[in-house]
Amino acid sequence: MSNEPTSAPIASRRTLAQLRPAKIAYRRAFIGLLGRDLHLLRKNLKVFLPRTIIQPLLLVFVFTYVFPKIGQGVGGAKGEAAFSTLLVAGVVGLAIIFQGIQAVALPLVQEFGYSKEIEDRVLAPLPTRMVGVQKIVTGTLQSLFAAAIVFPIAAIVPATPVHLKVNLLVLLTLAPLAGWVSASFGLMLGTKVQPQQVPTLFALIVLPLTFLGAIYYPWASLEPVRWLQIAVLVNPLVYMTEGFRACLTQGVDHMSLLVVYPALIGFATLFTWVGVSGFERRVVS
Amino acid sequence: MPPEAIITTSKLCKTYPGDIKAVIDLDMEVRPGEIYGLLGPNGAGKSTTIGMLTTRVLPTSGSAVVGGVDIVAHPAIAKQVIGVVPQTNTLDRAMTVAENLEFHGRFFGMTTKDSRAATTELLAKVRLLDRKDAPVMALSGGMAQRLMVARAIMHRPQILFLDEPTAGLDPQSRIALWEIVGELHREGQTILLTTHYMEEADQLCQRVAIMDHGRILALDTPAGLKRSVGAERIFTISANGNLDVLAARLASEIPGVVSARRFDGQVIVEVGPAHGVLGSIIASAEGAGAELTDISIAEPTLENVFIQLTGKDLRE
Repeated sequence: MSNEPTSAPIASRRTLAQLRPAKIAYRRAFIGLLGRDLHLLRKNLKVFLPRTIIQPLLLVFVFTYVFPKIGQGVGGAKGEAAFSTLLVAGVVGLAIIFQGIQAVALPLVQEFGYSKEIEDRVLAPLPTRMVGVQKIVTGTLQSLFAAAIVFPIAAIVPATPVHLKVNLLVLLTLAPLAGWVSASFGLMLGTKVQPQQVPTLFALIVLPLTFLGAIYYPWASLEPVRWLQIAVLVNPLVYMTEGFRACLTQGVDHMSLLVVYPALIGFATLFTWVGVSGFERRVVS
Repeated sequence: MPPEAIITTSKLCKTYPGDIKAVIDLDMEVRPGEIYGLLGPNGAGKSTTIGMLTTRVLPTSGSAVVGGVDIVAHPAIAKQVIGVVPQTNTLDRAMTVAENLEFHGRFFGMTTKDSRAATTELLAKVRLLDRKDAPVMALSGGMAQRLMVARAIMHRPQILFLDEPTAGLDPQSRIALWEIVGELHREGQTILLTTHYMEEADQLCQRVAIMDHGRILALDTPAGLKRSVGAERIFTISANGNLDVLAARLASEIPGVVSARRFDGQVIVEVGPAHGVLGSIIASAEGAGAELTDISIAEPTLENVFIQLTGKDLRE
């Protein structure tokens, strides 16, 4: 190499990296990765907000504003108000589960299958599995953010009054738990799905999940279609929406919280384990 | 006594499912401050070797210590002391040029302030300071590669891994990258690079390990490897007629010829210190009834070393 260096040598001034204790290195790397995701969220707020708002907004608008106005109220004239109220819980659950797909699964599918960015992310100085866990934390935070956006919509948009009675203790525990389920579900999908399978993911997983997630009706009201009532129990969204119904409404049927909490904790644990293991398998050969 | 090695591997093996042996019993030592090259064709096991040393590939057996850390026992700790430029572009597409470096610094425990300062310094070093706010998607291949080098050395790794650093780059970008690698070397950075370009290994590396089928076949300085061919000049002859017969005749008739053999539709003649060989070759070929169509004369290259070791060339 005959060329003169065009900038001052820096290695002489920069000593080589010394090993940090594992715990400190892991913690800083984890916070750094989280910081990266939140920085992007802030930077892309203009995209994030409409993407998050549009679905719940349309749902609430059509079902609880347009339908009552044009006399197509769901649940009959008397039931309209009750329907608006029970739909709020469903929409909160929907907003949360969608973040799992949008904030975790879809970016991961891209990073694994197309951009390969993940290959650099896993070189951050922490165990590979923790990179997967970090994705879950990001997803959970975004889910909570999305859920928080839905409340004002539900309060303003419906033509009939919404009667919410919030149990704060349940809300503050249930919302993060639902976010965890959603984000870990997203991690699991993100590590399994190939980019060309994304349309299939929506058709085979997202649509059934949302249509059969007890968003528009309480789970108990499925009683007349008993086989369906039992079949949808494999859908984690059912427990979220039922839990939010228990936490936000009064006088609407809902599943017992004694079922909701253990079920959601079970789903979260299962999805986290499968998702994190799948993540590690994808990046370490 | 050579200084203590920064990388030491012992009987390192990787067997992929289906009994595909990518790396077999690899013993290697990389010394502080050197550029150590793994030269070999695609599929020789170079990238698997880098994969293992950078914790992305789990060794099937054997051991490896990188920067004082056992990478099999403590992969997460070893990541602190390595910097990696992979074959594919793994820049964060959602971020700008500067953000890519700033956040990399944060992953490695730097404060925001230190990370910003190092970002400016490194962007100047890889001639990308004027692009600092550009999205990485807007970078050319050469620029992206330089940014990945900057990112890889941001946390001051004890060893920098470059996996086929100039594959797919245009000649100008390749030279620009070579200059940067040369600067890093002068600053004392230890570098392990893989390449299937013999010029790259020859120009950049202090020591080159020639690799094929998962094993290191030879290890020396580029000059030492070329000396090992045992010839001063290589004649490459194109001719009509039976090339095997021509090769045999040249080998037996002409004084100073070390070896002559048919290879890839030509005859390769390796010649030691001797005079008048060109005339003798022409005369001998005409005597054998072969019609010469082209003769080129060159000094031995790493390509010749590779051909001598494996009987095939690097492009295969």
